[in-house]
Amino acid sequence: MEKLVIAGKEFGSRLFLGSGKFSSNQVMEEAIKASGTEMVTLAMKRIELDDKEDDMLKHIAHPNIQLLPNTSGVRDADEAVFAAQMAREAFGTNWLKLEIHPDPRYLLPDSVETLKATEKLVKLGFVVLPYCQADPVLCRQLEEAGAATVMPLAAPIGTNKGLETKEFIRIIIEQAGVPVVVDAGIGAPSHAAEAMEMGASACLVNTAISVAGNPVEMAKAFKLAVEAGRMAYESGLGAVTSGNLVASASSPLTAFLND
Amino acid sequence: MKITVNNKETEFDGTSVSDLAAQLQLPEKGVAVAVNNEMIPRSEWSATPLAENANVVIIKAACGG
Repeated sequence: MEKLVIAGKEFGSRLFLGSGKFSSNQVMEEAIKASGTEMVTLAMKRIELDDKEDDMLKHIAHPNIQLLPNTSGVRDADEAVFAAQMAREAFGTNWLKLEIHPDPRYLLPDSVETLKATEKLVKLGFVVLPYCQADPVLCRQLEEAGAATVMPLAAPIGTNKGLETKEFIRIIIEQAGVPVVVDAGIGAPSHAAEAMEMGASACLVNTAISVAGNPVEMAKAFKLAVEAGRMAYESGLGAVTSGNLVASASSPLTAFLND
Repeated sequence: MKITVNNKETEFDGTSVSDLAAQLQLPEKGVAVAVNNEMIPRSEWSATPLAENANVVIIKAACGG
């Protein structure tokens, strides 16, 4: 499998994991290990003054794992820049999952503010991975603004609906000069495999793993699916027959039985 | 004097961000501090004074996708 390269850094795994909604930090840590991922997202929150809770950071900080802090909770580009600066200071990385969603009901990204924030953050030296609408025009604009990847959504966050935006993601992949990471809405390993077969560079999965009956086994299932999908893409899939449905034999039809 | 830390009124008897970090026993890693909506790098904590009614925000890692 070809290595994935983002902003000059190589990744052996094309599966990125979100750290949200696991039943415990221990289960999260085991799922991260089982997935083989080298990129894990995290969010930020205000500390409690009498804080005694288990620090989630120690469960994901590992030499092989690139931390990808997100800007969840911000509503515009200015708030995103502030959040980015806080994240860089707290976690010691300039990598950032930019997500700006002013509407908490559907958590859909604000395209105008996301583009503005990308321009600002790139100038401030951040490696920006914007979560965005599956909009091929916007993705080109984000790339021109210096985004390290584009991360179009497959379906609304947490819905597990799969590649609802498939035809747009296909165009984005065709046009992109940066890696395309399919983010949000991937609900089953088959969805991830499908995205990878289409030529996506990576998939970001959270809910489908964290709320599974067995998150650790599900993490393994996604690992295999992403690898299988990528391998299939690199191997060159056979063309889909168009027009009238006429079978094409894969076995010789030479008769060996006498009439 | 009184300052606000994460929206909570807090009695503070020091002078700098470093003093506040000591008072709150902030960890060595994994936190970031902003004063009046401006991020203050750890290297500048001791040189950054906190005035009466300063608005301090302190964040740490949380689970999220």
